[in-house]
Amino acid sequence: MTERLFEGADWDFRTLQRITDACEEVALKDLGLDVYPNQIEVITAEQMLDAYSSVGMPLFYKHWSFGKHFAFHEASYRKGLMGLAYEIVINSSPCISYLMEENTATMQTLVIAHAAFGHNHFFKNNYLFKQWTDADGILDYLDFAKNYVMQCEERYGRIEVERTLDAAHALMSHGIDRYPGKKKLDLRAEEKRAGRRRQHEEEVFNDLWRTVPAGKSKSRSTLSIERRRKLLGLPQENLLYFLEKSAPRLAPWQRELLRIVRHIAQYFYPQSQTKVMNEGTATYVHYRIMTKLHEQGRISDGNFLEFLGSHTNVVFQPEFDDPRFSGFNPYALGFAVMQDIERIVTNPEDEDREWFPDIAGKNDVMGVLRDVWANYRDESFIGQFLSPKLMRHFRMFHLHDDPEERAGIRVDAIHDERGFRRVRRELARQHDVGYIDANIEVVDVDLSGDRRLILHHHVIKGSQLNETDAKRVLQHLADLWTYDVALIEVDANDKVLREYVVSPRPIPAAVA
Amino acid sequence: MPIHIIDRRLNPGGKSLENRQRFLRRAKSLVQGAVKKTSQERDIKDVLEGGEVTIPLDGMHEPRFRREGGTRDMVLPGNKKFIEGDYLQRSGQGSAKDSGPGEGDSEDAFRFVLSRDEFVDLFLDDLELPDLAKRKIAQTESEGIQRAGYTTSGSPANISVSRTVKLALARRIALKRPSKDEIEELEAEIAACTDEDERVELIARLEKLKAKTKRIPFIDPLDIRYRRYEKVPRPVAQAVMFCLMDVSGSMSEHMKDLAKRFYMLLYVFLKRRYKHVEIVFIRHTDRAEEVDEQTFFYGPASGGTLVSSALQAMHEIVRERFNPSDWNIYAAQASDGDNSYSDGELTGLLLTEKILPVCQFFAYLEVGEAGGSAFDLSDSSLWSLYERLRNSGAPLSMRKVSERSEIFPVFHDLFQRRDTAQEKAAP
Repeated sequence: MTERLFEGADWDFRTLQRITDACEEVALKDLGLDVYPNQIEVITAEQMLDAYSSVGMPLFYKHWSFGKHFAFHEASYRKGLMGLAYEIVINSSPCISYLMEENTATMQTLVIAHAAFGHNHFFKNNYLFKQWTDADGILDYLDFAKNYVMQCEERYGRIEVERTLDAAHALMSHGIDRYPGKKKLDLRAEEKRAGRRRQHEEEVFNDLWRTVPAGKSKSRSTLSIERRRKLLGLPQENLLYFLEKSAPRLAPWQRELLRIVRHIAQYFYPQSQTKVMNEGTATYVHYRIMTKLHEQGRISDGNFLEFLGSHTNVVFQPEFDDPRFSGFNPYALGFAVMQDIERIVTNPEDEDREWFPDIAGKNDVMGVLRDVWANYRDESFIGQFLSPKLMRHFRMFHLHDDPEERAGIRVDAIHDERGFRRVRRELARQHDVGYIDANIEVVDVDLSGDRRLILHHHVIKGSQLNETDAKRVLQHLADLWTYDVALIEVDANDKVLREYVVSPRPIPAAVA
Repeated sequence: MPIHIIDRRLNPGGKSLENRQRFLRRAKSLVQGAVKKTSQERDIKDVLEGGEVTIPLDGMHEPRFRREGGTRDMVLPGNKKFIEGDYLQRSGQGSAKDSGPGEGDSEDAFRFVLSRDEFVDLFLDDLELPDLAKRKIAQTESEGIQRAGYTTSGSPANISVSRTVKLALARRIALKRPSKDEIEELEAEIAACTDEDERVELIARLEKLKAKTKRIPFIDPLDIRYRRYEKVPRPVAQAVMFCLMDVSGSMSEHMKDLAKRFYMLLYVFLKRRYKHVEIVFIRHTDRAEEVDEQTFFYGPASGGTLVSSALQAMHEIVRERFNPSDWNIYAAQASDGDNSYSDGELTGLLLTEKILPVCQFFAYLEVGEAGGSAFDLSDSSLWSLYERLRNSGAPLSMRKVSERSEIFPVFHDLFQRRDTAQEKAAP
């Protein structure tokens, strides 16, 4: 029998090392995972709260909103309304996992398997993360961002910087490129670029230019609408990008701040699209590793039972009429689908052969799963791999709530032969950020007239913007644009549903 | 593959402190309002505890483009009896799930916990004790002694042996005083020497060395150093707070409650400034006694009213236990304003001659029945006496209170930085 990794609940740093080595052995040899180098850090509850308030990142620029989040989390933690996560893992290379100090030895094994191998593999291999994030550069970039914001505060004042960041944060959800652009983001190069630009500005600075009278601006009327839109790169759905490039009166440092916020939003974009898959992968991996360690006799029966207890809590899915219900639990859904794939690959039924001809009976579980982990996001993952068996297991049904309908909410489809495909399509759509986020884009700028910026919100299924919030965000947008901003809500037939027009607040003269 | 395991637990905490301070600064007026409200609602003895405050979200809100309404589709787990085409009754509003901080309990309120320091800081913000810095901290009368290097003169008790020996050694080396070993060696050489000429020469050298030893003393008065001490002013880090209260029959529970709140606030304030704060409770009817807190507020007593008895008691306690050069003395007197007419002169005399000269601060709080009747009636005997004293220049602070919610403003008022000119103006 192999030696136990630990006995009881206590651990020390040598135990952690043994656990990590054992997990690594299973992860690399048995599961064939491909991970970034690991860095494991043990932290206290207070440090965990700190991490919460800066979206889990080890360093971040200073802003009051993080303080607000910290105050909120701290209050709910102290009152016992909220437990803290056992771990936080960062998509970086080396991949940093934070483990809470009060975890038992079993829990440490669980979270090391979960984060340091499960999440780590997913970060390194999933196409979205490969496309949109730069794991090597993120920590350096955050460091740069932190210092840059600090320098700006010194040079231009905290209030000014805060105002710009507030506005940028309000637009953060619309500061994302949704389609792969020209080139991969290289955050190290970004950092150098900003440095060079600043240096250049300092070198060529000559106060004399300020005093030279500006020539008469050229008449823009000759510019056709088409050409104008092309020049400005319209329509543009990345509002922060558009402002950074085209807002007429922003100072260079403000543009750089918008860029920083935009890059950070982009870095987190894949995470919001792969919640189910990411957690599913990590849960599946920790389950496999723990089971293996137990089979090898390196974890005692008692500790394994402790693990099973926490594991079941993690993948618990309350039903819709349960008071604990708050939507699908990504851990439960992701883990269930992955286990189901394992079943289909090794032991398919006729139904599975019909639904999944490509993978049914293929017998290479890890091969299939690695391929799934690499090439799908939540929407496509659910859309392709949610099996009828699983829909029956969860007893899924689809509700359609049309406010116009007097009779009530209609049950549109249930887990039966007629409904499988519709339920699955609908659940996939629920996980599609394209559907979740409002579709807003810049369509035109009235350059010859009053420079009004015109945005369209393409309303889907009659769901319009919350009025107070929309006005506030537009106010921020107008402050950055420094001229009027109009937002028009149009439905699928281009019918105008509502129009907002917001004027910028007067800015103190010091900004420029 | 190398795996790094790092213990971060010992890293300095408070990484979020800066962000938290930014948040508090931004929300300052809101938080301050909330703190005031909370401190009025809660028991005053908990005032030092910090705790949860709720502020309106306005201004702290982080807006996002959010969508709402329209037709909704959802897939849910746990179907038990529905089949396709069923209709479910809408039960009022769909339960809107809260999302993130801010949207916590209600739409517009944000709850969070202030630490004790943050709470008290906001609570006492911009309060300042009158003349405090000038009178005690700056020109304090208490002096301490501390070491301050060495000196060439002093009393023999203060000789610093180690320093003296060190200097002597340095001098002896510098002047090449022959060491004991050197002489002994030479003597041994002489004893062992057989050649007569050489012997004479050696003896001559020995004599020379011995003469030199005599010329250069082992310890010279020049070497002697004394430890030097100097006197430094030491700020008085302790305060005593006298709570004087009239407990005669005319004081109702409500009035005592008001007084209690005022004392607690004063205590909080002193606690912030002094390491050590003592409280002395003196209650009086027609005679005064020092009591414990319980008796002070809740013990039964009856009798007439002689304010001078309390002042006399305080004066004695100060003389016995609290030397004004060691203690900052604060006094707060609460009363409904009654005093025997004959006692007025004695009270005034005690106050101006004995009490006020040793006090940092003397506050008089006249408490009234709920409903504010105290303000309508003509001034009480004690009030008119004190007012007369104040107008003639005595450093007295005085206010009238009849409602619990007035306590804080009064306190705030009392301690606010003021010009002396304004201080003369009646409330």
